Amino acid sequence: MSDLLNTLPPDPIYDRREKIRAITAKTLRRRTRLSQLFVGAISTTLVIALVPLVLVLYTIVQRGGSDLTLAFVTKLPQVPTIGQQNAIGGIGNAIVGTLIVAAMAAAMAIPLSLILGLYLVEMNTRLARIFRGGVEILSGIPSILLGVFAYIFIVIPQHHFSAFAASVALALLMTPVITKAVETAIRGVPDAVTEAGLALGARRSVVARRVVLPAARPGIITGTLLALARAMGETAPLLLIIGATDSSTWDLNPFHSMSALPTLTYFYSNSSFPSQHRAAWGVALVLVVLVLILNVTSRLISARLSRRAQA
Amino acid sequence: MNDSLDAAIQDGAVVGEFVTDPLLQLRKVNVSFSGRVAVRDVSFDVAPNKITALIGPSGSGKTTILRSLNRLHDLTKGAKVEGDLLLGGVDIYKGGIATMLLRSRIGMVFQRPNPFPTLSIYDNVVSGLRFNGIRKKSLLDEAAESALISAALWDSVSSRMKAHASTLSGGEQQRLCIARALAVEPEILLMDEPTSSLDPVSTQRIEELMTELKNRVTMIIVTHNMQQAARVSDNCAFLLMAEDRAGELIEFAPTSKIFHDPSDPRTVDYVNGRFG
Ligand SMILES: Nc1ncnc2c1ncn2[C@@H]1O[C@H](COP(=O)(O)OP(=O)(O)O)[C@@H](O)[C@H]1O
Ligand SMILES: [Mg+2]
Repeated sequence: MSDLLNTLPPDPIYDRREKIRAITAKTLRRRTRLSQLFVGAISTTLVIALVPLVLVLYTIVQRGGSDLTLAFVTKLPQVPTIGQQNAIGGIGNAIVGTLIVAAMAAAMAIPLSLILGLYLVEMNTRLARIFRGGVEILSGIPSILLGVFAYIFIVIPQHHFSAFAASVALALLMTPVITKAVETAIRGVPDAVTEAGLALGARRSVVARRVVLPAARPGIITGTLLALARAMGETAPLLLIIGATDSSTWDLNPFHSMSALPTLTYFYSNSSFPSQHRAAWGVALVLVVLVLILNVTSRLISARLSRRAQA
Repeated sequence: MNDSLDAAIQDGAVVGEFVTDPLLQLRKVNVSFSGRVAVRDVSFDVAPNKITALIGPSGSGKTTILRSLNRLHDLTKGAKVEGDLLLGGVDIYKGGIATMLLRSRIGMVFQRPNPFPTLSIYDNVVSGLRFNGIRKKSLLDEAAESALISAALWDSVSSRMKAHASTLSGGEQQRLCIARALAVEPEILLMDEPTSSLDPVSTQRIEELMTELKNRVTMIIVTHNMQQAARVSDNCAFLLMAEDRAGELIEFAPTSKIFHDPSDPRTVDYVNGRFG
């Protein structure tokens, strides 16, 4: 290189190149340090955010870990007696109850959110704007009010608590979250892809169903599972409407009251039996494990799907 | 060194895969993505102030080689670059050149024009300099003017430097991207099919540009257009996919030799449009 510089006639470009190189090299250290500073700040924030998470998980595992036996997760609860203070049985019905309520809520919220999300993206009408406003308001409503809603419109007319009422409240809770995820995922699909479909003579609805939605699938699935995980741990609306805080039966009729993990945690932690009090940690741990499974699954699915989309 | 080699070097000719006084040397370069080999054992030299063309069918690893030269694969998970890539004798992967400095010395122009959408024409041209910590207005102005003149864009944009880059036509946008790359005064400019999204008139202007830019910068271009490779390049590397779909170098030679007297029968077939 230096040979080359010597043999060529003096040239403003080479002058400038030298000048630029000098400044670039000189400022590199400053720029690198600045970038390290930012990375440092971000990492610190991350650690600060992780501390409570780790503490909560640690406490739950430490106090509830010993409860996690096969009997605990499969058997029915048993009310402790004077003679058998430690016989609390299991929480099998609460686990199944939570899964049923979550599944019913998902069955209502997912189709509704898909249609709503697609509508919000595709239509730019007044109605769409009203819906968008509605979704935003719904997402801001405290969950306990959704419980009140289900209580007034389902529990009171039916004259008893029910898992179905609980799932309606949770569906209302999930809908705005999933709708947002659907909308974002669909907006992420390039217009060119939609246009390619239209240019082949396909109807808009066909393009949406066969091309756009599949392309948006990773985002939709992740959003849905995260909303589901969130709803599963929701306690406030359930307290009002699911009823069975002390249910100890395998009654799985959705229109009857049912046990669920969050309400059971609440109930046990307020219990006057020391054994139930302790078992609250075990119930919480089971709930955390379920939520964790959903989170990890959603990550795996979206990683797998987006990898396939790239290949 | 034997006599014929010496003689060849005196002529400045290409000896096999190697040139005299190379600016950039590739030695047994392998690139793989998550274990799948995309480029295998590619070795050739890049002569200073010449245009080196990479030709070959789609998937033969041209883009992959280009991107390994400015370490863009660093950003791709699972990508692995092996072998020696020497810039002025220093290995760009092992030799302690900071990646950011390397990229300011080896510029790149992409297949589709990609001006920064929210920036004005002027801000686009000087963006590289600003990213590299250069603030001095006089230096920015001088570099911008010189780069825009070199990119044959000065006359049409000098009066509207504050306009958005998106107001330019496709061909102008690509020349803006060339100017943006040139403003940092790189020694090497990588161009990945720079004219494939342009009309013939814009293409011709950019081809003329390349020839004019030779005294300023060494260029490595990827092109699917055989006439373009024949017209503008000095040396030519021909790549093909092996059985396992890994790209391999079939022949590296002066462009006139590749097009008129290639050594490998596969090169003959390709440059005559018989396959690929
Ligand atoms: N980011 C990547 N991940 C996985 N494989 C890749 C990636 N980039 C390129 N490849 C693979 O490398 C091979 C060569 O591609 P490329 O260099 O783009 O070819 P060309 O530019 O000659 O058409 C292809 O088989 C392609 O699938
Ligand atoms: Mg390519």
